[in-house]
Amino acid sequence: MKTAEEILAAINSALPEAVVELVHNPSVSAQHSLRLDPAHALAVAGFLRDDAELALDFCSNATGVDWPGKEITEKVKVTRVVDGAETVVEENIKHQEPGYLEAVYHLYSMKHAHREIAGPVVLRMRTVNRTDQVELPSLTPVWRSAEFQEREIFDLYGIVFTGHPDLRRILMWDGFVDHPMRRDYVDPDDYEYEPTPHDEVLKRVEHHKASAGVTA
Amino acid sequence: MAVEPDLKIELGKQGVFVTTISEIYNWGRRSSVWPMQFGLACCAIEMIATTMARYDLARFGAEVFRPSPRQADLMIISGTITKKMAPQVVRLYNQMAEPKYVIAMGACAISGGPFKQGYNVLKGIDRYIPVDVHIPGCPPRPEALIHAFMALQAKIDGQPLTGSERPRHLDAEAQGLFPIPHQGAHDLEPPVNRLVWPLPAPDGGHE
Repeated sequence: MKTAEEILAAINSALPEAVVELVHNPSVSAQHSLRLDPAHALAVAGFLRDDAELALDFCSNATGVDWPGKEITEKVKVTRVVDGAETVVEENIKHQEPGYLEAVYHLYSMKHAHREIAGPVVLRMRTVNRTDQVELPSLTPVWRSAEFQEREIFDLYGIVFTGHPDLRRILMWDGFVDHPMRRDYVDPDDYEYEPTPHDEVLKRVEHHKASAGVTA
Repeated sequence: MAVEPDLKIELGKQGVFVTTISEIYNWGRRSSVWPMQFGLACCAIEMIATTMARYDLARFGAEVFRPSPRQADLMIISGTITKKMAPQVVRLYNQMAEPKYVIAMGACAISGGPFKQGYNVLKGIDRYIPVDVHIPGCPPRPEALIHAFMALQAKIDGQPLTGSERPRHLDAEAQGLFPIPHQGAHDLEPPVNRLVWPLPAPDGGHE
């Protein structure tokens, strides 16, 4: 089985117009992944499946990741004039890093039946943001096994897969709104009495009591 | 009116069989409780094992699992009830003919179990339909299901046929249909049937 770097080189030579980025995994598993640009993802996926040497013909898993926007504080050294003398002052600069949604695919080759357990080839795609530009191309036309899993990602994370043959909710009911696996999803307040509330449940108890007007 | 046990034994020795209407009626009812062939999750595997030769639920007159709610007397809620499935469970219960009983089997069916704090699992089927026997366990062993079944039989046996304690099917006024919850934007609406189960208030007392 080829490494992620070798696969990246193969993609770059076959499809030079596609922008593919190697995402390093610094952990012990060193399971690096390839980040595809949504515009060329379908072509790259088709290449990975049809290339005789790679023959990644099996998509075993597709899932979503929610990366909420976060505020990043950076310390920057700025030269300022203080009391007539130039001094170097450290300033905290805050800026908002926009969040995005990610779809992750795990690929194997049935044809080569990889003996060495090197883990799957991991593909990633990212949306522009988490609110209105959440489209990604569906890889179901390439790997049929992605169909239900993309529906699940759509249901729980809210990524809209263009080109999917049947994009409906799969786990939650049709009238459901929001996407419950997103980090900022708020559960309905269906608190019920717990004898020993703690942690998350304790927070819910307090919220429930506050909204119900109970002082305790 | 019950027959005195000593007198009954004495008469039995003389070849005279004495009983009461309620005793023979309840004996008939409890000895042929047909469960509905209906499983929800992993507890259903234990329920199936209970019906097989090793545990043999047939000994208690409950071997006939009916595939139709119209022919079933007992609903064994065997497993996790998701909020997506809950309306169908209540509808199936409504479709069963009286007299009907419910055993809530396992942690999920009685309270939501390990998924209680999740967004998609109902926190116990007793929010919507009356439950006769609760079995804790994850999953309960077949012996626990048999114990629950025997507890249900004892409950049927003890039911008087008249008076305020009489079973629902002998009470023309009794509520037999239970409202089916509607799937709302985030949760089931209403989240609980208060006629069946008064939800404990946040301070721990009942409303």
